[in-house]
Amino acid sequence: MSLDAPARVVPVPREITTKPRRSDQIFRTVVTIGGMASLAILGLIALFLSIKGVHILVDEKLDFITGSTWEVTTDETGNIVQSTFGIGAMLVGTMLCAFIAILVGVPISVLSALYLTFYANGRIKKFLISVIDLMAAFPSLLFGFWGFFIFMSSAEYWAKLINKYLGFIPIFDVPTPIFERSPFIAGLVLAIMIIPIVTSISREIFDQTPLDRIQAAYALGATKLAMIRSVVIPFGRGGIIGGAMLGLGRAMGETVAVYTVLNVVYQINWQVLFGAGGNVASLILLKFGEATPYEVDALMAAGLILFALTLLVNAAADFLINRLGSKGR
Amino acid sequence: MSTVIPTPQKPWESTLFEKLENVMIILAAFGLAGASVRLTGLNGKLGFFISLFISLLVLNFGFHFMKRGSAAAKDSLLKVFTVMAIVLTLIPIVSIIATVVSKGYKGLHWGLLTKDMALASVNDPIAAGGLLHALLGTIIMVGGALIISFPIGVLTALYLTEIRGSLTRPIRFLVQAMSGVPSIVAGLFILSSLVYPVTNALSGLMGSLALTILMIPTIARTSEEMLLLISNELREAGVALGGTQWRTVAGVVLPAARSGLVTAIILGVARIIGETAPLLLVSGGGDSVNLNPAEGAMGSLPYYIWKAFLTGGTPEAFARAWGGMLVLLAFIFILFGLARYLSGRKVA
Amino acid sequence: MSDTTGFNSEEKDERNMTTSQTTPASLASVASGRTMSQPGSSLLGTGLETRGVHAWFGKKHVLSDVTLDFAAGTVTALIGPSGCGKSTFIRTLNRMHEFIPTAAMAGEVLLDGKDIYAPGTDVTKIRLRVGMVFQKPNPFPSMTIGENVLSGLKLAQIKKSNTDELLESCLTRAGLWNEVKDRLDEHGGALSGGQQQRLCIARSLAVEPQVLLMDEPCSALDPGSTFRIEETIAELAKTMTIIIVTHNMQQAARVSDYTAFFLSDGGPGEMIEAAPTSKIFSSPQDKRTEDYVTGRFG
Repeated sequence: MSLDAPARVVPVPREITTKPRRSDQIFRTVVTIGGMASLAILGLIALFLSIKGVHILVDEKLDFITGSTWEVTTDETGNIVQSTFGIGAMLVGTMLCAFIAILVGVPISVLSALYLTFYANGRIKKFLISVIDLMAAFPSLLFGFWGFFIFMSSAEYWAKLINKYLGFIPIFDVPTPIFERSPFIAGLVLAIMIIPIVTSISREIFDQTPLDRIQAAYALGATKLAMIRSVVIPFGRGGIIGGAMLGLGRAMGETVAVYTVLNVVYQINWQVLFGAGGNVASLILLKFGEATPYEVDALMAAGLILFALTLLVNAAADFLINRLGSKGR
Repeated sequence: MSTVIPTPQKPWESTLFEKLENVMIILAAFGLAGASVRLTGLNGKLGFFISLFISLLVLNFGFHFMKRGSAAAKDSLLKVFTVMAIVLTLIPIVSIIATVVSKGYKGLHWGLLTKDMALASVNDPIAAGGLLHALLGTIIMVGGALIISFPIGVLTALYLTEIRGSLTRPIRFLVQAMSGVPSIVAGLFILSSLVYPVTNALSGLMGSLALTILMIPTIARTSEEMLLLISNELREAGVALGGTQWRTVAGVVLPAARSGLVTAIILGVARIIGETAPLLLVSGGGDSVNLNPAEGAMGSLPYYIWKAFLTGGTPEAFARAWGGMLVLLAFIFILFGLARYLSGRKVA
Repeated sequence: MSDTTGFNSEEKDERNMTTSQTTPASLASVASGRTMSQPGSSLLGTGLETRGVHAWFGKKHVLSDVTLDFAAGTVTALIGPSGCGKSTFIRTLNRMHEFIPTAAMAGEVLLDGKDIYAPGTDVTKIRLRVGMVFQKPNPFPSMTIGENVLSGLKLAQIKKSNTDELLESCLTRAGLWNEVKDRLDEHGGALSGGQQQRLCIARSLAVEPQVLLMDEPCSALDPGSTFRIEETIAELAKTMTIIIVTHNMQQAARVSDYTAFFLSDGGPGEMIEAAPTSKIFSSPQDKRTEDYVTGRFG
């Protein structure tokens, strides 16, 4: 008999199965169907917008996105004689306003979130968080009103200043000195609207920074700034960008606030301080009141593009926040 | 050996002297800002604000540099930046609330909640007409949206927390995607799927359906968070007693999450109560009280405000709009207060 | 060495050699056969002393009246069962205790004769002179191995001209140089647990501390890595004062010159006895110490 240790047979794990009870099966089915509602709704949105709008896209092809004319000529009986639909100008406007919103809003949000996580304490912190969460619930119409009645004069003044000192840069120049209701002002109002969201997300990300790394930095003699730069920011970078993209999505799709604060005119306007512009959502609202059925289809097509755009941005944001944000490192 | 226990202290907190130093720096910055506004061309609130900001930065840096060196000086700058950011965040909030209250109360009158606009125009004196139709319309449409959104939202949340099947990631992603749908697209969807092909009429029901799309993600997400707060031990206890999953969820988990689900409802309502764009497209915005969601144009608070703002042009019209906004904001405040109160109780 | 200290390290205060009245804790001369740099040199300083240190979390009194001296260039082990305040105590020594919002303390901690809790003290400078190695290795994942070692300099904004030399010397003293010298550009997370801990040790050496605190540094590591780190401790003790919290009595017996025994009877933790290591294990004065080191409880 060999003196080696006897060969050990490692058993194979057993398969454990449960056959759920009938009531559980029904429960699971019902819940799953309910859960799939989101998929169904999103799919239906894409479907119906396409049904109405796709023929416009087929007609205009790429010009729908790049072209900047939106006109319909009808004859006496109301039939469409000729039409061109292109949302190019409005896409430019969407991007411009949203970009300004991000440029101004994200830094303020991230700094506010840093304050709330690392400087504020106790009751001040709770109070500020409540106030900011409350701001997130303000209706967009309210921001539009406030922007139009109260904020406009200050923002106009700043626009004039920028034009005066930086007017040599083309985007800060204006063809005529009309500074009211410009993409600049709309962008600022949008910035104020997205601050609560981006601050909230940034704060959650900062809260998740692993404590042992923070302590390691402090134990090495770091100041708060050094600790934030070397631990918090590298950790939260992906999530912050994701939060900024959520803000971007919100800014891109905003309708009534932009409609109130921006002079919606159909032209491409890169000059942010000049009072003309628009975004896709406000265009839809503007044209809807008097649109013929044919034009409504074009608006549907525009809505489809907007839907696809915001879906894309939100998907990217979700990816950044959840995959890279906290689990990445 | 002494048996007297000394008093606990916190020697690391800023001493009175250090706090005083900080106050002095802030005051000096105000002074410096005031002086520079006087001496240079900067003027107005912006000028003062910017010079205050720069003064704070310079004075803080200089002071801490002399006291502790460059690392501490740079660190103090960060504090100035973050505090400025919070101040910049708070200024619009305060301004907005102050504006709504000051401009809105001019639009209030005793008949506000009992009359509608069927016989009055927005340019009439304030006492004519009211927003009863808008109020009732909002309540009916939001209620309708709730009836559909709540079950779907809760079922979605239940899938994510209780069943956690293979579709979890896609569903979570889809809820997130749905929360990013622009409100006007929701309106267009209802138009293209229901109004044009089927009913060819605008109504409160259409408004409810459009609002549902915007409400479901909020309810689903909040419900999920609340359900996750229920500790697993509770579920295990239910199952260990021989309950099926269905009975455990219905009999143990959901009742335990009751206040959380109510919070989800409240937050969902707060989310859509001010939504304007979809209602502009599909609800018709009537001027008289209409209690039938299935037929006829139905007014709502946002539509009322919008109409007063856009079709009027007189101070009376604007006062009406602000008055409506005040009512809307009051609702949101109340809803928020309720939600806070409920979640406060839950945590305790 | 760049003068980053707020204290004037040339100043030699008279050391108050407490003998008696409080607890038998004064550890006067260094007894072991280790060679040392001159005491009081700017690197080594004159050691760390605590006087009547108490600690609270909110209303809960967790540490009571610890008076203990740590002579320069010695290794002191703090032993005792879980929950008797050893980690809390060690965190009062580099002012990490105050990070917990409800924390409070009383008493004095004297580094080179100056109370580190005195008003107006620059706390970041204290932490440069009293370093810490944690129980769970925590290298910065966003930095390479080389950057990790030098991160202390970056964080404290210390400018040094010969960083490559410093890098090699710290890694050598931590016993890691040979294993990573060819992969300084790799990320810190790629190393094994024991290597990560030695990386953390190297990192804390880069700022040239006088005192190194180690909070159960080997408890998450395998015996092989533990052995390497204990060798490192022996080397490091030649140029700094080391205080190590450990659950492992054999480890305390292996590495330390002095040992202090902490115990809590349900109330705040207290230091029961402190003595040269050989004495505490062979002839402890207090019965509770004897019960613990002979394994009757713990």
